[in-house]
Amino acid sequence: MAGPMEHVGTAPKAGPRDGVSLDVAAASATKLAHVHHDMHDFPEPIPWKTGQAGTVAPLDRDTSWIVSAPKKASAPVASAAAVATPTITAPAKPKPKKKKLPGSGIPARLSIRSLVWVRRASQVFFFALFMYFLFQTAFRGTFAAQADTPVRLPLPVEGFLLADPFVTAMTVLSTHTVYRGLLWSIGLLALTLVFGRVFCGWICPFGTLHHFFGWLLPSRRGRGAVRVEANKTHTYQRAKYYLLYAFLVAGLFGSAIGGLFDPICIAVRSIGLGVIPAAQYIGGRALGGASMVPSRGVQGVADHTQDFLASAVWQSHQFYFHQTWLIVFLLIAVLFANRFIPRFWCRVLCPLGAFLGVFARFALFGMEKDHAKCTDCNLCLVNCQGADSPQGGVKWRQDECHMCLNCETACPEDVIKFRFLPNRKGTVTKPDTERRTALAAAGAGALFLPASRIADALDVNYHSKVIRPPGAVEERGFLERCIRCAECMKVCPNNALHPAFLESGLEGVWTPILIARIGYCEHSCVLCGQVCPTGAIQKITEKEKLGIGVPPVKIGTAFYDHGRCLPWSMQTPCIVCEEFCPTSPKAIWVEEVEAPVRDSKPGPNGEQPAMKTVKLQRPHVDPALCIGCGACEKVCPVQDQPAVYITSVGESRSKTNVILLENTNYNQKS
Amino acid sequence: MKSKPEVKSEPTLVRPSRRELLVRGGAALGVLAGSAALGRAVWDKGGFGVGSAEGARQVRDFRVASARKETQFAELAIARSPLAKTAGEPPLAPMQLVRNALEALGGMGRFVSRGDIVVVKPNIGWDRMPVHAANTNPDVVAAVVQIAYEAGAKRVVVADGSCNDPNRCFQRSGIWRKAYAVGGEIVLPAEHRFRTMRLKGDVLDEWPIFTTLVDADKVINVPVAKHHNLAKFTAAMKNWYGVLGGRRNRLHQNIDTSIADLATFMRPSLTVVDAIRVLVRNGPQGGNIDDTREMHTIVASVDQVAADAFACTLIGQHRDNLPYLKMGHERGIGTMYWENLRVKEV
Repeated sequence: MAGPMEHVGTAPKAGPRDGVSLDVAAASATKLAHVHHDMHDFPEPIPWKTGQAGTVAPLDRDTSWIVSAPKKASAPVASAAAVATPTITAPAKPKPKKKKLPGSGIPARLSIRSLVWVRRASQVFFFALFMYFLFQTAFRGTFAAQADTPVRLPLPVEGFLLADPFVTAMTVLSTHTVYRGLLWSIGLLALTLVFGRVFCGWICPFGTLHHFFGWLLPSRRGRGAVRVEANKTHTYQRAKYYLLYAFLVAGLFGSAIGGLFDPICIAVRSIGLGVIPAAQYIGGRALGGASMVPSRGVQGVADHTQDFLASAVWQSHQFYFHQTWLIVFLLIAVLFANRFIPRFWCRVLCPLGAFLGVFARFALFGMEKDHAKCTDCNLCLVNCQGADSPQGGVKWRQDECHMCLNCETACPEDVIKFRFLPNRKGTVTKPDTERRTALAAAGAGALFLPASRIADALDVNYHSKVIRPPGAVEERGFLERCIRCAECMKVCPNNALHPAFLESGLEGVWTPILIARIGYCEHSCVLCGQVCPTGAIQKITEKEKLGIGVPPVKIGTAFYDHGRCLPWSMQTPCIVCEEFCPTSPKAIWVEEVEAPVRDSKPGPNGEQPAMKTVKLQRPHVDPALCIGCGACEKVCPVQDQPAVYITSVGESRSKTNVILLENTNYNQKS
Repeated sequence: MKSKPEVKSEPTLVRPSRRELLVRGGAALGVLAGSAALGRAVWDKGGFGVGSAEGARQVRDFRVASARKETQFAELAIARSPLAKTAGEPPLAPMQLVRNALEALGGMGRFVSRGDIVVVKPNIGWDRMPVHAANTNPDVVAAVVQIAYEAGAKRVVVADGSCNDPNRCFQRSGIWRKAYAVGGEIVLPAEHRFRTMRLKGDVLDEWPIFTTLVDADKVINVPVAKHHNLAKFTAAMKNWYGVLGGRRNRLHQNIDTSIADLATFMRPSLTVVDAIRVLVRNGPQGGNIDDTREMHTIVASVDQVAADAFACTLIGQHRDNLPYLKMGHERGIGTMYWENLRVKEV
């Protein structure tokens, strides 16, 4: 195929001169105008907006992108095809004919064509599995369990995170240990060492989401040459490596902040805390409306659907998460970016993809290209997911390739071949990063921790409401481990755990905190520790949490606001807090008092209102027994600002955030 | 910029034709008329509190009219295990105690008809195990479910609005497993099952109600007798807190009146009070086995006030100390003088 620029430049002029017959004179005139003018000041009407599309030569119909097309040696296929058949004289429909393959017409190997479908099935399967695990990240009771059966989730719902080697690398650097199930990530590393970034193209649920939106979202302007151009390797793809280096170095310095950018963490956080509750909200409203319809059938369907959803997909009540709007906004933003750069996230930002890309250089499986056979048709680029230069004439970027095999399927000339142990003449295996920028990124990662920690003193606690889940390790260790995956928030049966925003400093964005006003910590529940993949919340047992044989796990301490408490300040009986206090003996105890209370009505002849005496139970907290679960704060009937509230002081994980001397154990291991 | 070859020179002002004038003017008028009509149709005339004060009181009365008329049967039956007399023998199983008590009332057949949909309302309020006696004993619940099926019930539903996480309460109370084993349908208090009803009580005006518990042919109240730090003792009448959704923590500032309001709203077919193991201190949640006493007693009655008035004696309380009993008595829900009923001890 000849160079494209001649076509682009000459085709519009050549069209009419070559005797293109136009049915409508007006269109012809406009067409001339079109030819002679810059694309931005067409006189109206633009022919393809007149509704006479069928009468206009194809050259006129879509030249905008040809003009803006890259001035490079790759031909926009459509323009070339248009030159070959410059006219459509009749709007008659073409006969349905057999689909002809472009180019040589040689189809790709059957094994590859099948593998592409296997890949699609794998993507659907793993995405479905991810969503299923997310739905199951909630305790659902069962008839099968005995009363004394420990409450645990039956499935490894945090499995995707356990297999995440970026998370493992980060926490290994920060803690120098591999926490329990994170050893599974070796499996993913092994897969990468054999097949390259096959995780990105075949498994990653977040990648699948981007694959889908990259396919769905490009507008008319995002097709053809624009897409070819977008799918070429760009230098901005290096950003993910710089992010990776920064996060790993920040890990080495003691912060697992990289979890903010881990794709699995983002998927759990944004879908689990945002998309699912939103779907529940909308579904609840819609089905609630449907169950008001005066028709037995409609009501039955609505009720059964609600039953099913409440017991299988979400929980029996609506969940709310503090500050989720930002999390969902960022998800939408990064999904929308697919409109401009397909798989923007995977190519540009994903530190897990970068991590796997670093290791992909060792992969045994890869691409071989026969550059001589390439006709520069760019069909490989049209379908490329990783922007890894599959086309002829340039070297393939192994670290960027998602192994989706689209290029080999699309190639009409049998140029591209994936195989084991390929020759590496046409391959760049290592990430193409700049040494200085990489060092600067690493430096930024190193500086992050001191920068955030001089802003606030960790030992004095940023905020009295930074109440960590039960079993959480000491704050420094917590920040070394917490990857903000939000599994704990998703699993919490009472909606008690929420993503922090700036309560625990910039460093603690989206780490879990307990907001007792929304939900309290269920006394015998240890599920947050069960699902935590990195041990920021340790896997504790009920005995440890309740304090059977050991001191109980305290997450804070309750305090009374006597100015708001009904029995204390309004001489009104209440003590719901005492009723809900789950410890035994109860940490809230009541003092029986007789208190004077003024009658609300004035006496006769405008006298002062009469006084009377009421018997009251006034609640007190025993700080030695209080575990800070927040049940009292949750149920306090003083609705807006509770009369009893918990703060983090007294939490058993901290040696410094204490009130009672007896709880200070300077000898304990942290 | 190149010159534009074809620019039509149009007159700057073209007067619209009469026809166009009419059409455009008519369209504008139509939109105005439409908005006005719509606005008028949905016009909120305002007024503070309009709408909430309307409607009659809603009551759920599941009592069986004939049940009190047949004088050969007791109105209050107390079934005790003979353990108290002869130590060493195992106590009677809860199933047997429930059967004995119901026999004294004339059998379940007097309350449950063939084909009935029966709701059994135990106390599944807390994340506590049976040994803590904060929830109804699972064996008692299972016994009631099974006996209801034996009496010909089509479906027996077991449900409650829990205080703690319902999944946990239902499972760890043991009720889910035991009731499921005898065919009971377990319904968790999901948000969509609540509907606002007009209780029109002294303190309970409008409140979200757990529809599963009130949409039935017969309702059997199966509370657990236990100590309550604020109300002193609770069993049957207080058990109706479980039908309420919303923020029921508000009710404690007038707990006696709200209990009486609820008992006015819910009139069960039958009350079976579980006193197999009784929480005598630190109620209603307990949590310490030392706070419980084994009593192996079942109190069954057609009168929920009388059932409470008798059951409170089990933990050494007296009816005069429980204001909600007096309110229930005065409202005619039942009698607090249980000894005036036909009482049978078995």
